Amino acid sequence: MLEWLSRLFGATEQSKDKAKERLRLVLVHDRAVLSPGLLDALREEMIHVLSKYMEIDEKGLEVNLNRSDESVALVANIPVRRVKRKL
Amino acid sequence: MGKSIVVTSGKGGVGKTTAAANIGTGLAQIGRRVCLVDADIGLRNLDVVMGLENRIVYDLIDVVEGNCRIRSALIKDKRLENLFLLPAAQTREKDAVSPEQMQVLIEDLKKEFDYVLVDCPAGIEQGFKNAIAGADVAIIVTTPEVSAVRDADRIVGLLEASELYDPQLIINRIRPDMVRKGDMMTTEDIIDILAIKLLGIVPDDESIIVSTNRGEPSVLDKKSLSGQAFRNIVRRLEGASVPFMPIEERSVVKRLLRMFNNVSGRS
Repeated sequence: MLEWLSRLFGATEQSKDKAKERLRLVLVHDRAVLSPGLLDALREEMIHVLSKYMEIDEKGLEVNLNRSDESVALVANIPVRRVKRKL
Repeated sequence: MGKSIVVTSGKGGVGKTTAAANIGTGLAQIGRRVCLVDADIGLRNLDVVMGLENRIVYDLIDVVEGNCRIRSALIKDKRLENLFLLPAAQTREKDAVSPEQMQVLIEDLKKEFDYVLVDCPAGIEQGFKNAIAGADVAIIVTTPEVSAVRDADRIVGLLEASELYDPQLIINRIRPDMVRKGDMMTTEDIIDILAIKLLGIVPDDESIIVSTNRGEPSVLDKKSLSGQAFRNIVRRLEGASVPFMPIEERSVVKRLLRMFNNVSGRS
């Protein structure tokens, strides 16, 4: 009841929801920072796994975190030389 | 062997030094042997917050450079005999001391004290690295603002990278009236985002300004609301389970009065 009354008198948008939403978005970006060491380790491991299935051009391999407004994606560009027939 | 706690925040001006002073004083008040260490080389302030600025002879840099013994650099508090301050150097820069030297210093202090509380400078550079070097645990101070919470999140990550896990959070300067109107993030909102343990909530309180003017930590003031919040924090650090202070004012009369003020203020 009191809450309702104060809403009636205040009748403004809840700015804290705006704050929380902005914070959430900005942290998606802030948190998606891979240290160079981790990125190298990831690259090495990807090469290791992929090599079981195909021959890849290790020098041409690119791994990056791409940021858009609301999300972060791991984008890899991996040139394939030849696909293996079996394991 | 005592415990070392670093008080940090990333963002400046959120109340790190005030929190360090109050927690240290609060722990000393219940009989613990406490040493406050000001790690903000070049911008020392813990001395003035504690009201001990006139007693400084030697400082932290003098100790690490071997110009004096630790004992002669420690300043005894005016009020509590088991509370000491190791002041920062004011005329030197952050790189005058290394994380390794800080680690040795804090280890030495832990032999003499139950608690070694390190007041960390703002930022994430050398001063931050020095301040966290010898810490067993970390307390992060934030305010209910986007910028402060964002920086706190960054600090959580950096502490983790330095293998300092499970930091505890103090949310400072909460304003119940604004929380009630939905114009300030709640404790739950902030904990939800940061996902770390809550150590305490400190209401925005004019008595903090008054006590800082006087150089008397508000934890010593029995009537102060923020002082009560810090006394609760101290008890939680000591392992007691103390309920968090209610942010909402319970009294209907108070709420009605405030509402009346809001309405008449607007007309």
